[in-house]
Amino acid sequence: MNARDDSKGGAVRAGYVRPLDIRNGRIDMGHGAGGRAAAQLIEEIFLAAFDNPFLRQGNDGASLAIPQGSRLVMATDAHVISPLFFPGGDIGALSVHGTVNDVAMMGATPLYLSASFILEEGFPLADLKRIVQSMAAAAREAGVAVVTGDTKVVEQGKGDGVFISTTGVGVVPHGIDVSGANARPGDVILLSGTVGDHGVAVLSQRESLEFETTIVSDTAALNGLVADMLAVCPAIRTLRDPTRGGVATTLNEIARQSGVGMLLDEAAIPVKPEVDAACELLGLDPLYVANEGKLIAIVPAEHADAALAAMRAHPRGADAARIGVVQQDAHHFVQMNTRFGGRRVVDWLSGEQLPRIC
Amino acid sequence: MKYIDEFRDGDVARKIADRLAVEARGDRPYSFMEFCGGHTHAISRYGVSELLPANVRMIHGPGCPVCVLPIGRVDMAIKLALEHDVIVCTYGDTMRVPASDSLSLTKAKARGGDIRMVYSAADALTVARDNPERQVVFFAIGFETTTPPTALAILRAQREGLKNFSVLCCHVLTPSAITHILESPEVRQYGTVPIDGFIGPAHVSIVIGAAPYEHFAEEYRKPVVIAGFEPLDVMQAILMLVRQVNEGRAHVENEFTRAVDRDGNLAAQQKVSEVFELRPSFEWRGLGEVPYSALKIRPAFAEFDAERRFDVGYKPVADNKACECGAILRGVKKPTDCKIFGTVCTPENPVGSCMVSSEGACAAHYAYGRFKDIPVVTA
Repeated sequence: MNARDDSKGGAVRAGYVRPLDIRNGRIDMGHGAGGRAAAQLIEEIFLAAFDNPFLRQGNDGASLAIPQGSRLVMATDAHVISPLFFPGGDIGALSVHGTVNDVAMMGATPLYLSASFILEEGFPLADLKRIVQSMAAAAREAGVAVVTGDTKVVEQGKGDGVFISTTGVGVVPHGIDVSGANARPGDVILLSGTVGDHGVAVLSQRESLEFETTIVSDTAALNGLVADMLAVCPAIRTLRDPTRGGVATTLNEIARQSGVGMLLDEAAIPVKPEVDAACELLGLDPLYVANEGKLIAIVPAEHADAALAAMRAHPRGADAARIGVVQQDAHHFVQMNTRFGGRRVVDWLSGEQLPRIC
Repeated sequence: MKYIDEFRDGDVARKIADRLAVEARGDRPYSFMEFCGGHTHAISRYGVSELLPANVRMIHGPGCPVCVLPIGRVDMAIKLALEHDVIVCTYGDTMRVPASDSLSLTKAKARGGDIRMVYSAADALTVARDNPERQVVFFAIGFETTTPPTALAILRAQREGLKNFSVLCCHVLTPSAITHILESPEVRQYGTVPIDGFIGPAHVSIVIGAAPYEHFAEEYRKPVVIAGFEPLDVMQAILMLVRQVNEGRAHVENEFTRAVDRDGNLAAQQKVSEVFELRPSFEWRGLGEVPYSALKIRPAFAEFDAERRFDVGYKPVADNKACECGAILRGVKKPTDCKIFGTVCTPENPVGSCMVSSEGACAAHYAYGRFKDIPVVTA
């Protein structure tokens, strides 16, 4: 985020730039041309919100000190969502939470973020400001700094308002080894709370199927929860946030990566009644609906109680539950004992989740 | 969830399972066909077949609306979107049905076709109202459940004088498909498909009532139990079928009394017959041409008939040679009998229609029941 002010003064008053018209203004191609308009946009919207010593230096990148003896973790995530504002959050908060959580799921403490924005010509400045302020608030809450960034503008019709890419950097303390490949037969699968809240909250706002609901997205940074869990259980094998594809797809990913199978207990998986009802109505399965503030932890059986207690003691894990076990299975199936008393495979999500007809 | 959890109660399921274990005679097999994809889905998703005695086998019938949709019909919708620049609206599952040239509506959308998923025929009407400068076609598929809403949409379009709305009508009829299965040589002559009875449709029966099945019970001596789509409904219906078989009865019984009566929804039937008439013949994927098995739009509503408004003639397209969907839809084969099941044909790349919808026999088995084919070692 280069904030050099290269204006050379004008006839009216040296150094004076008329402030952006946030209320009525819109993004135009000039904001992406790298000139004075771009600098002003950065200054008044991005710098104003993200302000920190790294950005204030005005360099093309950020120079960061790395704590001695720790490993560096880096994760990146692109965010496209419609609608941009949804109950419980917006694309700004989501773009921080998504990347902070990806870093945290490596057992790392997230420290820094970069953010790049692709803005569509015509996008209201008021919306942009709201999104950026929401990002800044989310970053402050998660204890990370946005240290570098970029902005591009595309012509009208070539974007969907705003796309945000964020990259996060964090550090893993010595002795922590968290990976999707670490699950072992006999381990216990923990889930930090109710599933499907984010996906249903967003769906409820889609133009084509607006329905009345009180469900809000669970979008949240999980690094605090992860820190509390690692403090009591450094032996955590796997952490992952079940975002797109939901809990079902995430567990299948882990099963394949670790070369194991899993057996879930449907009755133990927490689902809010209103999410359950919305899914029933729309013909969706909550296990495949996205979450943005939940995590799955796989821990050795002997540490499961301690880890679960730590989760439940944290506000982001109050509804945490033990939902299944890891088992040996050459085919890496995720199976589930149904509430009904039967057993079935919980497969990968295939394609987009589409509602059934009947 | 109130009014739903009651029908998914594991304790009650175990009680019915215990009754079944007692009442299903050990000296004979029982084969029942659940006609509807909704039942197939419930059986797979809740693991119902795990609770049945080993000698009670469920045959998955052809009542999955997208599974029986022939390739040629999907081709017509794709042609409308890609060549006639029409907005095509359709139900979610239809988007992935494989068509000619490795296309599907989803893939045609990626090639620039304006194809939109809707939750109801009324939503398609809204799209037409919102886009007066574009032609909007509702690709209408499904059994009697989805037919009345299509009729209503056409009636409303006529009342509003909408000039840019039409329907590509692919609605099919349940009773004629059941007759077709009962008349098939496998069932009648060779006995290779033993069908001891049917689980009758849930939502379809709300519309058409219980009376249309009486013919099967009398003429073909097959018991029919109409059942809801919840897993306990299915369990209870299977128990009722076992009892009928044991007692040598063949009656139409109604497990789904909370929604179905003998006559059905007369208002809906009236709207349907006002707008639609029988097609002399219609191609079903897997079953071939089935006489008087589908509906078309009456001449009085010709302006809302996409087949008349646009030049998209129907061209039948043969299924992939290795695909066994036809035999599976008729109950002659099981998904695992198909050479390409789970290898070439998967939910990501469906070759046959049974792999498309989770109501399809192959997709349901792939997604929910695959573990039963392979011995699994537990830790």
